[in-house]
Amino acid sequence: MKISLGPVWAVAKKDLLLEVRNREIVVSILVFSGLVFIIFNFAIELTRVNRDTVGPGVLWVAFIFAAILGLNRSFIIEKDGNALEGMMLSPIGRDTILVGKTLGNLLFMLAALVVLFPVFTALFNVNVLKPEIIVIAALATVGLATTGTMFAALSVNTRAREIMLPVLFLPIAVPILIAAVEGTAQITQGGNWSEAAEWLQILAAFDIVFVIAALLTFQFLLED
Amino acid sequence: MVESIGTKRTVWLFATAVLVLVTMWMIFEWVPTERNLGVVQRALYVHVPLAWISMVAVGVVAAASLMYLITGKRRWDSIALASAETGVLAGTLMLVTGAIWAKPIWNVWWTWDAKLTTTAILWFFYVAYLMLRAFAPPGNQAYRMAAVVAVLGAVDVPIVYYAADLWRTAHPELIIGPAADSSGLTSEMGLTLLVSVVAFTSLYIYMLVDRYRVRQSELEISDLKREMRNYLYAPSTSDVPATAQSLRAAAAEPIGD
Repeated sequence: MKISLGPVWAVAKKDLLLEVRNREIVVSILVFSGLVFIIFNFAIELTRVNRDTVGPGVLWVAFIFAAILGLNRSFIIEKDGNALEGMMLSPIGRDTILVGKTLGNLLFMLAALVVLFPVFTALFNVNVLKPEIIVIAALATVGLATTGTMFAALSVNTRAREIMLPVLFLPIAVPILIAAVEGTAQITQGGNWSEAAEWLQILAAFDIVFVIAALLTFQFLLED
Repeated sequence: MVESIGTKRTVWLFATAVLVLVTMWMIFEWVPTERNLGVVQRALYVHVPLAWISMVAVGVVAAASLMYLITGKRRWDSIALASAETGVLAGTLMLVTGAIWAKPIWNVWWTWDAKLTTTAILWFFYVAYLMLRAFAPPGNQAYRMAAVVAVLGAVDVPIVYYAADLWRTAHPELIIGPAADSSGLTSEMGLTLLVSVVAFTSLYIYMLVDRYRVRQSELEISDLKREMRNYLYAPSTSDVPATAQSLRAAAAEPIGD
């Protein structure tokens, strides 16, 4: 396992260039998250009483569902026209390709969050634009992008891949969901760093464990 | 060789059957009824062994999957598959018996306590694992994918439990916890539980080995089919693999035993 930054960046840059030209993934995440916001608004009416406690759940559930669509998309475009095989023929390791894809997915998710946070704040009048929540979001996104890329790379080769990704990914991502929702809720209810500390620890632990696990297992995911 | 394995299996199955019958007698006749919880407490003697089997099964899946990734030997994958199927069965029964026990005691079928939450997530994860095996492309890639997923799942369990535990304590307690825990067991109850755990473990081992052997036979058949295909489409007789030649010889013999 030897991963150098040059090829990793080349793979990520390819994804970014594609995204700049057709804006498929980020726009899909945004539109879908926005729709889930609207639907949640009917399902659980967010009032002045409950919005600070329930709001973070709405935000993160919407984002994680939308992220699944983006992750699926990022590997389906590789499958179309056998682009993935082309990359695998190039003289770089399989893990390098997947680290690059992870980096690309991470940047797409962060880009979507940059738009989603102000929109959510405006729609529900819950201020999530606070440094504590931004750190929570950054840590959560690293974990989501890492595990999500692993499972998207797996599921794209299966039948019923649209089902396989969420079914595999959601149980694994449960700690992220719990920690992101609860951590964000602590802050929206007027807490500060000390109230969010234990949730930040869970997110950091998840990130460390799964970044290491990803680097060790990426080589097994793409072979055929 | 084959016969001796067959005999061993029969003996094992018979011993397991006797053990299970003894367990049933102990649970329903011999063991005294728990004073506070009543008759429904007898679910404990089935629920706990099932939970134990699920836990062992998850451990076996993870260990066998890791061994598959290290060695690449197909039999490790077969062990993982056999254990995952047995584990999902035991886990399902554990959830059902747990709910039956919880309803009269806690007054709810289900509560989002850390243990229950983790169990539910784990159950979904292993169902997803079996789905992945069903949907994956055939061959070694499927085994590798399944092995990676199983290892990742095992790594995730402690984090899920820790997060669920913290999440639970962050919320108010909704129901009254179990009135009496296993600490309140009499020696007869303890013995019944022990015998039940042994009986269920024996059953698990039997099912695991049986499923493993069925799986190995399936793989053997698919290997033979592939060789037959190679034989049929072989350009010349010198390309015919040895197994296919012996198969052809075997097919010419009359079917005995």
